[in-house]
Parts: sequence; C-alpha cells; structure tokens
Amino acid sequence: MPLALFWFFAIVMLVGGLAVVSLRNPVASALSMVASFVGLAGLFIGLNAFFVGIIQILVYAGAIMVLFIFIIMLLDLQTEEKRAPKLAPVLGGLGIVLAFSIQLIGILSKTPNIKSEPLDLAAASASYADKSPGISSKLAAGHLPDVNLIGDVLFKGYNLPLQIVGVLLLVSTVGVVVLSKRQTT
Amino acid sequence: MASLHSYLLVSGLLFAIGLAGVVLRRNIIVIFMCLELMLSAANLTLVAFSRFNGKDGLPDYNGQMLVFFVITVAAAEVAVGLAIIVALYRARQTINTEDLTSMRG
Repeated sequence: MPLALFWFFAIVMLVGGLAVVSLRNPVASALSMVASFVGLAGLFIGLNAFFVGIIQILVYAGAIMVLFIFIIMLLDLQTEEKRAPKLAPVLGGLGIVLAFSIQLIGILSKTPNIKSEPLDLAAASASYADKSPGISSKLAAGHLPDVNLIGDVLFKGYNLPLQIVGVLLLVSTVGVVVLSKRQTT
Repeated sequence: MASLHSYLLVSGLLFAIGLAGVVLRRNIIVIFMCLELMLSAANLTLVAFSRFNGKDGLPDYNGQMLVFFVITVAAAEVAVGLAIIVALYRARQTINTEDLTSMRG
C-alpha cells in the first residue's frame, strides 16, 4: 500500500476514534465509530488481509454497529446532560493513557522495525504444490487467494476451536433471548 | 510502503484512545463502544505482525486466525453486553455509570 494511503486510512481511523470519545451524542459516537472501522478495514486490506478487511466491514461496521444504533434508539437516549466532571477520575484516566503512550514509545524503540517485502508468491506456490494444487495454481498465476488460504488453515488446523466458537455463538444467542425476555413472574 | 513501526504506533494510539474513552466517559454504551475500539486495535497489531513475519512468501495465517476468533467472540460479547444494558435500563432507568453505585463497598 502506498504510504499516502496508509496515512489516509490511519488518520480516518484515529479521528473516528477521537470522535467516539469526545462527542456527547451517542448516535454521533456510533456513526464516527463506523468511520473508524472503515479506516481500519482499509489498513487490513493494505496488509494483504483481504478476508479480515471484508469481515471487519460486514461484521463490525455492519452488524455490530446496527445493533448499537438499534439499542440507542430503543432506549431513546438523548444527548447526555452536562455534569461537572470529577477531577480525580479524569486526572487518573489521562495519567493511565499517558503512561501507556510512554510505554508504547519504549516498546517501539526495542522492536525491530521490519521493512515490508512484497509477497513471494512463486515460493508460496511451490510450498503448496503437494498440499493443495488449486491454491498452488492460483499462487503461480500471481493472485493471492486469501480466502482459500484462510479456509485451508481454518478447517485443517483450527477445526476444534471453530466448532467451540460455534457453540459459544449459540450459547450467547440463547443467553440474549433469556436476558431480554420480560420477567412476568 | 509503511513499515511495522507505523502500524504498531497507529494501533497503539487507537488503543490509547479507546482506553481514554473507557476511563473518562460516563455513558455505558459509549464505554462499550470504546471497548470495541480497543479490541480492534489489538486486531490491527495481530494482522500487522502476521504480514511482516510471513513465511514461505505468504503472511503468517495463524495470526489472522486469531483475529477471526477475536471478531467472533467480540460479536457474541456485544450481543450479550447490550442485552445486559437493556435489562439494566429497565431496572434503573439510567445508563450513567455514576448513578449505578449499588455495588460500591
């Protein structure tokens, strides 16, 4: 991804995040969060993670944010009234964030700064030649079959976690129905 | 093309913004949104490491698997959390965390 595009998406993401924190109206917060997630999906796609980028748009910016906006509508939330902020939590919060940022600088100075190299699709094609001829031929043609590769890893290496996550989703669905049923007893 | 440090810096900043929102805001729905921001920042770090520590000329797909599972669990978490918020609102008629102090010692 060109450097200009990287900074464009990064700034969209960070400004969206700042707007989530600073705007008083919850609906405005939710909409700026959608902008933040679209910027994040752009960064994912720039990192050759096409599947994760699409999932980010579909699941986060689509489903989850609709759920948030729906709940805001259901509770009929208005702009929250101004209350005098207590000094201690605000100072403590800013202090935690400042400490985190300083630690971030320390970590960045210790991590090796890897320069990105273009993906070596020919070598990847050779390594997949005996495992999966379909993926190998797509790689040899110069495409990155991202979804095929993810499916290959997911269903061959992570089959049990995938099924456990399926059960988790079922349990959470049942839990939500139980929680939101109006108690009549 | 951007290097690993730029991605780590941007995701760290996003995490810090989310953390600031969780600590500073009083609206519990906005706090919940800021939690999602922090999860997404962690996802960006994972994808960046998976791309920059590739093997055989491909990104390391084990990292992207972790992102996939994080997104799935986050979706379940949002559903349950919002149901809890709705139940809370029914019981108390408020979502301001300063008014929810019945468990304070």
